[in-house]
Order: sequence, then structure tokens, then C-alpha cells
Amino acid sequence: MKFISNFFGAIGRYVQLMGKVFSRPEKFGLYYRRVLVEIEALGINSIPLVAIISVFIGAVIALQMAMSLESPFIPKYMIGYATRETMILEFSSTVIAIILAGKVGSNIASEIGTMRITEQIDALEIMGVNSASYLILPKVIATVLFFPLLALFSMMIGTMGGYLIAIFTGVVLPSEYIEGLHYCFVPFFISYSLIKMAVFAFLITSISAFYGYYAAGNSLEVGRASTRAVVTSSIAIMIFNLILTQLMLT
Amino acid sequence: MIKGEHIYKSFDGRTILEDISVQFESGKTNLIIGRSGSGKTVLLKTLVGLHEPDSGDIFYDDKCYTALSFAERKLVRREVGMIFQGGALLDSSTVYDNVRLPLDMFTNRTSAEKDKRVRECLERVELSHAGHLYPSELSGGMIKRAAIARAIVLNPKYLFCDEPNSGLDPQTSIVIDNLIHDITVEYNITTIINTHDMNSVMEIGEKIVYIHQGKKWWEGTKEEILHADNKELNDFVFASAMAKRAKQVL
Repeated sequence: MKFISNFFGAIGRYVQLMGKVFSRPEKFGLYYRRVLVEIEALGINSIPLVAIISVFIGAVIALQMAMSLESPFIPKYMIGYATRETMILEFSSTVIAIILAGKVGSNIASEIGTMRITEQIDALEIMGVNSASYLILPKVIATVLFFPLLALFSMMIGTMGGYLIAIFTGVVLPSEYIEGLHYCFVPFFISYSLIKMAVFAFLITSISAFYGYYAAGNSLEVGRASTRAVVTSSIAIMIFNLILTQLMLT
Repeated sequence: MIKGEHIYKSFDGRTILEDISVQFESGKTNLIIGRSGSGKTVLLKTLVGLHEPDSGDIFYDDKCYTALSFAERKLVRREVGMIFQGGALLDSSTVYDNVRLPLDMFTNRTSAEKDKRVRECLERVELSHAGHLYPSELSGGMIKRAAIARAIVLNPKYLFCDEPNSGLDPQTSIVIDNLIHDITVEYNITTIINTHDMNSVMEIGEKIVYIHQGKKWWEGTKEEILHADNKELNDFVFASAMAKRAKQVL
């Protein structure tokens, strides 16, 4: 019973916080500059991690497909096809979002949580600044705009990882792999993946900011807030992945 | 002038402030003193609007703050400066940007005018050379001075200081005290300082309110406090054996 009341209490506070976040900003120019800073901090700085993970996963998917599809009845170009579909439909949006929930989510929760316990948020409030909007809105805008680009980048790098496997191991001819990449291509799947990533970006940023904003006490609490942010964001990503897939692909 | 009338405040059923009525004059350094846990920080945060009183009224000159709408309170807050115990400077911004933030947020001055005002304030607190530094690169005294510069940049009518000397050596404490006092007189600000530093009391205490167990126990001037006939106050003021002997001499 207590869990249910805590859960709905948290949902209520989250909705209230989002109300504050999306209220009219005091100065648009100031927010624009902060969005650019956040794009660099949360988006551009995540490119190396996304690139490394995507290239290796793309390569592994191609290898595993090659092993699994060893049948004279299945054409080799299916390796390229399967790699592309896996990367576009699931990996570059959902799995990358979960990885970013760990990296970016914990960063946001600990940054805002530390600001809370060191009274920096109180200082903004005393000045008359809408602290929720000033601190959280630029992060939300930055990630919602930039994370889909990261997903697009991951798709390209991941399929390139598979291509490199084709070149260096010979499990499939590079030309067959390329043929597979073109086979039955549905452009809408890319839109589907990018829309999912934009929704996941909002979930990661807003949930992590929520836990940071309401952190109280000491550094231990900031650590706990950070952990809760990652766990809750990951669960929310899974739930919304199912909902969006049901809505958009069936 | 800031006035509190019959203020009550409790947390989780525990009464922290009980029927406190106080008045603080402009152009004076008003001190709230009391033992740790006496409720003085809660009183300060209630007066500044960070806590909502359970009952009672707070007046900023002729405006009843507790009766104002959220939007009206935001306007009042633009006339308020606050110096927090730890400074509460934004970690991600330089000293210059911290001081400039209220100007960027709430004024329509040109960039050159804002720059001029920031430099004036930094010069006033003798931090002209430190504008480019981040809070993590400053000493305790410099953090407090930067916080003072940020608090006065919009020419506030009301200044709140929560233990501005905490963590500082006695000499630096007196420098900070005198700076706050000089600024108070110079700009005719209503200044309220929350402290348990007896050096501050003797140096700048023009009006002193002693809080004990959540109640106003005594009020007077720094001259009167030496001769006060109040056991709890005397136990607080003359806590050490040496101070007790000094009291007997007085």
C-alpha cells in the first residue's frame, strides 16, 4: 500500500516539476546559450561511447548472423539485411538509450542533486529564477534534439562494423553484405527509430532531473538519486519501447 | 523594513518556530543568533520565502509577502539578495558569470552596461582579479565575497545572510562582516544575518534577536547583550570559562 502511495506521489511531483520546467522562460537568449552548452556536454561528448559500442555490436551481429544462417537455402546477403534491421529497429535507439541513461542520466541526477544539497538551487529561487526551467529545460531540448542524431550515427557506424567484418573475415562477401543492406529497405523504420529515441531522450533527461531536483540531505542521497534515475529511466525506456512499437509498427 | 508577525513553522509535526514576532530595520545589520538547532536557519528561510510559515505574516515594507501571489512574490524576490552558508555559487560558471546571471536574467541593459556593473561589484568586494576563476578555484573567503557581489548586483533592498562566516578564520570573518555592514549602510539595505559567531555580534550587531528552542527569547543591541539578565542568553554568549570570567568583570 505504501509503495502504491509513494509511486503515485512521485508521479504527481514529476508532473508538477514538468509543469515548472515547461513554463515560459524568463529570457530566451539565455536559454539558447545553455542549450548549446548542454548539446556539447550531453550529446557531443557521448559520440565516442556510441561509436565504440555501435561498431563492435554491428560487427558481432554480422558474425552471429553468419553463424546462424549457415544454410544453402538462406542467401548470404541476409547477413547484411539482419544487421541493418537489428541496428535500425532496436539497437541504435533502445540499447543506445539504455547506455545513455547510464552515462547521461547519472550525470544529470548527480549534477542537479549536488546543486540541490549545496543550496545552488535555493540561490536561483531567491533570485527569482525558475530553477526547474533554467536547469532542466535546456537539457531536455538538447537531448531531444541531439539523441536522434546519435541514433542515426549509431546506425551508420553499426552497419559499417558489419561491413568491416565482411572485409576482414570473409564470412560474407562485401558486395553481398551491401546488397543485404539495400534489401527490402523500409525508410519508415528509420523515422520510427528516431521518434523512439526522441521520446527516450525526454524520459532519460526528465526522470534523471526529477531525482536530482528532489535529492535531499547529503552526498549519499545524491548517489542514491543517481542510481534511482538510471534504474527508473531504463524501466521507462522498456515500457515506452513496447508502447511505441505497438503504436507505430502494428 | 522586514517584519514577521506570529510566525509558526513545523516539520513532520515537530514545532520549530513558535509565535515569533520580529522587526528588522533598513540600513542596519540585524542579527539572528542562537544555538545550533534553535530554529534560526528555519526563521531566516521562512522570512526569505524558502519555507512557507504554517501561520503568521511576513511583511517586506508595506507588502504582506505571505498574501502575495506566486508572480508577485517573484517580483519581490528580485529585490532580495541572499548569501548562503557555502556561498552557493553555480559550480559550472565563473565568478564573473555568477555575478552577471541576475543581470542577464532580469534586466534589459546592454552588454556593456552589464559588464560595467559586474566589474563594479567585483571591485567592491575586491575580486576584480578573480572574475575568470571557477568556484572550485577560490578560497572560502573569496567564495563569500563572490556571493556578496552576486547578492548586491541588482541593488537589493533586502539582504539575507546565512552564517556568512562559517568555515572562515576570525580575521577573514571580520573582513566579511565589515563588508556586509558597509554595503548595508551604503545602499540602505535591510540586512538580516543568521550567525552564532560572537565576533560578528560584537562587530556589527546593531539589532540582535536571540532564538532559543524555536522562540524569540531576547532582543536588543550589542551593547545591551553584555549586560542582559537572561540566563539562556548569557549561557550562549558567555559559553567559555574565559568569557564567563569576563562577564563577571563587566
